[in-house]
Amino acid sequence: MTQLLAKMEIDRRLVGLAVVLLIIWIGFDLASGGRFITPRNMFNLSVQTASVAVMACGMVLIIVTRHIDLSVGSILGVLAMIMGVIQTDILPQFLAYNHPMTWIITLFAGLVIGALIGGIQGVAVGYLGVPAFIVTLGGLLVWRGAAWWVTQGRTVAPLDANFILLGGGINGTIGAMWSWIAAIVAIAAIIYAAIMDRRRRLSFEFPVKPVWAECTNAAVKAGLVLVAVITLNAYYLPSRAAEKILAQRGLPATPENLEISHGIAIPLLIVAVVAIVLTVVAKRTRFGRYVYAIGGNPQAAELAGVNVKRMTVAVFALMGLLCAVSAAISSARLQSAGNDLGTLDELRVIAAVVIGGTSLAGGVGTIYGALIGALVMQSLQSGMALLGVDTSLQSIVIGLVLVLAVFSDKYFHRRYSDPTA
Amino acid sequence: MSDKAAHKKPLVEMRDIHISFGGVKAVDGVSIDLYPGEVVGVLGHNGAGKSTLIKVLSGAYTPERGQIIVDGREVKIENARDARDNNIETIYQNLALADNLDAAQNLFLGREIVTRAGFLDDGAMEHKAREVLHRLNPNFKKFNSPVSALSGGQRQSVAIARALLFEARILIMDEPCAALGVQETRMVGDLIDQLKKDGLGILLISHDLHDVFDLSDRLHVMKNGKLVGTVSTRDVTHDDVLGMIILGKMPEHLMHLAGPGATNVPAHVA
Repeated sequence: MTQLLAKMEIDRRLVGLAVVLLIIWIGFDLASGGRFITPRNMFNLSVQTASVAVMACGMVLIIVTRHIDLSVGSILGVLAMIMGVIQTDILPQFLAYNHPMTWIITLFAGLVIGALIGGIQGVAVGYLGVPAFIVTLGGLLVWRGAAWWVTQGRTVAPLDANFILLGGGINGTIGAMWSWIAAIVAIAAIIYAAIMDRRRRLSFEFPVKPVWAECTNAAVKAGLVLVAVITLNAYYLPSRAAEKILAQRGLPATPENLEISHGIAIPLLIVAVVAIVLTVVAKRTRFGRYVYAIGGNPQAAELAGVNVKRMTVAVFALMGLLCAVSAAISSARLQSAGNDLGTLDELRVIAAVVIGGTSLAGGVGTIYGALIGALVMQSLQSGMALLGVDTSLQSIVIGLVLVLAVFSDKYFHRRYSDPTA
Repeated sequence: MSDKAAHKKPLVEMRDIHISFGGVKAVDGVSIDLYPGEVVGVLGHNGAGKSTLIKVLSGAYTPERGQIIVDGREVKIENARDARDNNIETIYQNLALADNLDAAQNLFLGREIVTRAGFLDDGAMEHKAREVLHRLNPNFKKFNSPVSALSGGQRQSVAIARALLFEARILIMDEPCAALGVQETRMVGDLIDQLKKDGLGILLISHDLHDVFDLSDRLHVMKNGKLVGTVSTRDVTHDDVLGMIILGKMPEHLMHLAGPGATNVPAHVA
């Protein structure tokens, strides 16, 4: 088995994580009498994971550069409040209610302010030399306080009708047809990437994987995409919502017509885009290469001409930007912005990243690992909620899982990684 | 050395370098030189001033007085970039590599090859890395593992290959064999011989005579910030050199070469 994985050049840690996730899912499904692995629950899981997953992508880069960001939950809170006020109090003075530009301007403002907040913290870390732990611990308090000040504690609602689509919900999905199109595009991209990569390696006469490994690899990825889309398409809208839609379209409410699929939720689509873009940035750009180089050896990076201070600012600014994306997703999902939004999210995000195999010592970590880590965390939480486990017990279990995950990673890494292999 | 070498100018000369830190003369009027295709050891106890002297050449310190002449032309070296512009590369013991990156990624760190679209061209970089590393070390195979998985000698190969990619002509190696095993030390020795043949000038900095004696053509020995003398390794024994390091005195039979700034043209070049 080990040799098989090595031949296929698959990250052993990734396989371990996927197995853990599968065990959790099957375990909860058995314990709940088949209520966990259902299209409905999987759809909800994808929406619930989205906010933490987006921030986890940025946190990977932060931790890889040997920093930490404890302020993401609070930044999410203040940005959700700011975006709430922009779309409900400020923009309606100039634009019609639910104007199609409202959500765009709101989101753009949120992204800019998020990047600014992150950038300021990055300057404090990179140029002023205050440890990231302290800067962002301060940030955790400052931005949570600021979230309250935006409206003196008043919850902002209702949000713009287009904006709330970012949070999923009945209308916040792309439906069956577009989900299939997305799946086809994704599968085509998987195959194209595999062929191009192989061709490039052959053109340089580098060793390549055997063809069967290449095919299995692509088939597994494509299969996962298919299963995901089939599952999400199998979750139908509630009959009342479906009736409404049919009435709008002037169609009769026959039993077949009533089967309108949710398909991929918009927040899941956002996660996919963020993850793909950041993976490309991490693996295929100078910026990403320098992030990992700094994590591996800051002095070597500095001697090689990398501007470590500026990179620090950029990585924290990116984190702030992603907090704005998450703030949009979570406030849109609740259709309101409260000043306690995102409380304790920093811990969920860091836990997801660490479970996903990112080393707190820096230099090592992947975006896709963090996504699975986020899914593991959310699965545990949703599963226990489904079984009616007390909230207090939920935190105990999640806390233990976090420690166990890091321990087992260390243990297996020591046992199975041969430094001379 | 061939007759051609007799007409060679020094690759680099440092003349009458002075540096002091808070009143302490760290380097006191030292002159050294280095010819193409030559390996020169700079020896001395800790605190003898050898590292300080060399850091002037790699751009870490600016001397209070003195000249640096590269290829017969006086140059100013105020930072690492100036040094690089003059084809001077320094390989530091532990600062050279990012452990989590692979060989090619380390080789090209800071000057990556990118595609027209601006993305990293890892294929082209690995290709070039294989070429350079194969020339240095035909046994080098681990192109896709992080350099933390490499042996000390292999890591040294990567660091040297990196300097070569920068088109270094003057290579400064700080304690090149510290923390290396016997086999590894021999490997670095082979690497250095290879570079010599390619016409590079190499300065080896060490406090351990045994590390550099066999590798070097000449030795500059320093004590208390002053140059004790410069000798060809073929003219001296280990004991002679130890005497120079510890007592700060030239061996009896070479007394006529002694004195500050005594940078006689090396026997094998003249």
